[in-house]
Amino acid sequence: MSAQGLRPNSPSERLLATNAWIVYAFFYAPILVLIVFSFNDNNNVGIWTEPSLRWYRDVLSNDAVLNAIKISVIVAVISTLVSTVLGTMAALSLERFRYRGQRAFDGLVYLPIIIPDVTMAVMLLLFFAQGFHFLDSALGFRPSFGVATISLSHIAFNISFVAVVVRARLGMMDPRLEEAAADLYASRWQTFRRVTLPLILPGVLGGALLALTLSLDDVVVTSFVAGPGATTLPVYVFGLVRRGVTPLINAISTLMLVASMVLVALSLGLQRTSRTRVTPVGDDQ
Amino acid sequence: MSPDAIVESARPELERAARKAESRRGLLIAFPAWAYLMVFFLVPLVIVFVYSFATRSSTGRTVLEGWNLDSYRRLFDPLVFDIFRRSIVLALITTVICLVVSYPFAYYIATRGPRVRNVLLVLVMIPFWSNFLVRTYAWKVLLGSDGPLSQLAQAMGGEPIRLLFTNTAVLIGLVYGFLPFMVLPLYAALERMDWSLVEAARDLYASGWQAFRRVTWPLSRPGVIAGSILVFIPALGAYVTPAILGGATNVLIGDYIVSQFLAARNQPFGAALSFGIMVVMLAGTVIYFRSGAKNA
Repeated sequence: MSAQGLRPNSPSERLLATNAWIVYAFFYAPILVLIVFSFNDNNNVGIWTEPSLRWYRDVLSNDAVLNAIKISVIVAVISTLVSTVLGTMAALSLERFRYRGQRAFDGLVYLPIIIPDVTMAVMLLLFFAQGFHFLDSALGFRPSFGVATISLSHIAFNISFVAVVVRARLGMMDPRLEEAAADLYASRWQTFRRVTLPLILPGVLGGALLALTLSLDDVVVTSFVAGPGATTLPVYVFGLVRRGVTPLINAISTLMLVASMVLVALSLGLQRTSRTRVTPVGDDQ
Repeated sequence: MSPDAIVESARPELERAARKAESRRGLLIAFPAWAYLMVFFLVPLVIVFVYSFATRSSTGRTVLEGWNLDSYRRLFDPLVFDIFRRSIVLALITTVICLVVSYPFAYYIATRGPRVRNVLLVLVMIPFWSNFLVRTYAWKVLLGSDGPLSQLAQAMGGEPIRLLFTNTAVLIGLVYGFLPFMVLPLYAALERMDWSLVEAARDLYASGWQAFRRVTWPLSRPGVIAGSILVFIPALGAYVTPAILGGATNVLIGDYIVSQFLAARNQPFGAALSFGIMVVMLAGTVIYFRSGAKNA
């Protein structure tokens, strides 16, 4: 682990360090520019005049934006909860059980990750359109596009991501711990509740955070299945961006950046506390 | 028969029963996710497939009667084929640039001490977790002809920058958006690697380059493969980046599919296009895995 192959201050070492700094500058420069210009008191995005909070005041008094935020949060919470439960169950079944049709299920779980966004969006649009048509003609029931269709679609791609993250964590876990619990007469449920779940919790939280982020991030699938009734924040912003750039978008974007950074900080904090509490056994570090 | 022998003879039966119970439990736990993906993923996939053989009526409503291969034939129309070619080339260039930039970057992070390494990784994760649309939009602000970069160039006596709405801008946006997808698997591969093998190579008088070429590179290959696939696939289907940073003239496949559905209302053709993109993507993945398996 400690051997590093390169001497400090050698030319290749310095080249590596330079490359690293350039990459970090590339990562952060656009984000910093966006944040700085969101405090700019000018109708033109690119020209700096003086600092002001007027665009943030505009955001907070804009009903369309506030409504889009509300829809985004509702959809993200629903889809994260459902996909975390279903994805964790899928991961457990794939990693800890042997059953008929397991390989086919394995493939089915991976497919939504591999399929491009656009294809996923097209599939779900046609599915809901056909489904609604069928419900209308068969039952006289007329559902419409909105929060429900967006949530159902987000769950469909999030299950797979949660399953992959939780599975990785299960793969790292020492199966002897579960066997030991079984030897001590723990029931299957007790073993899961007292041994497996605490040990995979960082993975489950990581998966949930990924699902939350993907849901709050999605533009393509959502814009297909949103319909006229409800729009999420990214889809609303995307519309604004396409119509033309106004500093209002800078302020919304900065708020979105800050929100995601808070989420990451929270999850890192959570993972740190749970790591010190449960992993010392059988971990190689 | 002794009692032991009776138990012994019943063992296959008991084992079969245990396996059956195990199988039933596994199925029970898998069922909710399986059922969900059946209804909201597999059925939709089949519907798109069926649509791609259907005919569009003159009113724009799809008529599921006239089954034909017209939509697939149109994929080989020179104009459409050109969009495919352009998208594939752009996705490949994106993948190569990401690989070339990320490899030394991931190598640098993986060779730091554990503390520094964690900080450097978190610094990669922060932009990775923040909204893709917002990050792409930031480049629109940065690259605009009266944006900060352009003003800086002019202040230094240069020309204003006119990158926005060009392929170069789309390429920058794609590399920016998908770079972490390359960095993270490469880092994982390099971090797991047994560095004493590199030392052993050096002890046997391999030059730094030889040690890299014959030891480090082959051992990091799983990371290279995973990263390349994770970049190539979303880059191929990219919709948001070209829509924000690209021009109206160089349409890419993701854009084109969306316009078939939302503007042109030609759903059968749009469905055939999305199957086309899936075939390209699967072919690319298979070719890459094959080449990796041979050289590893």
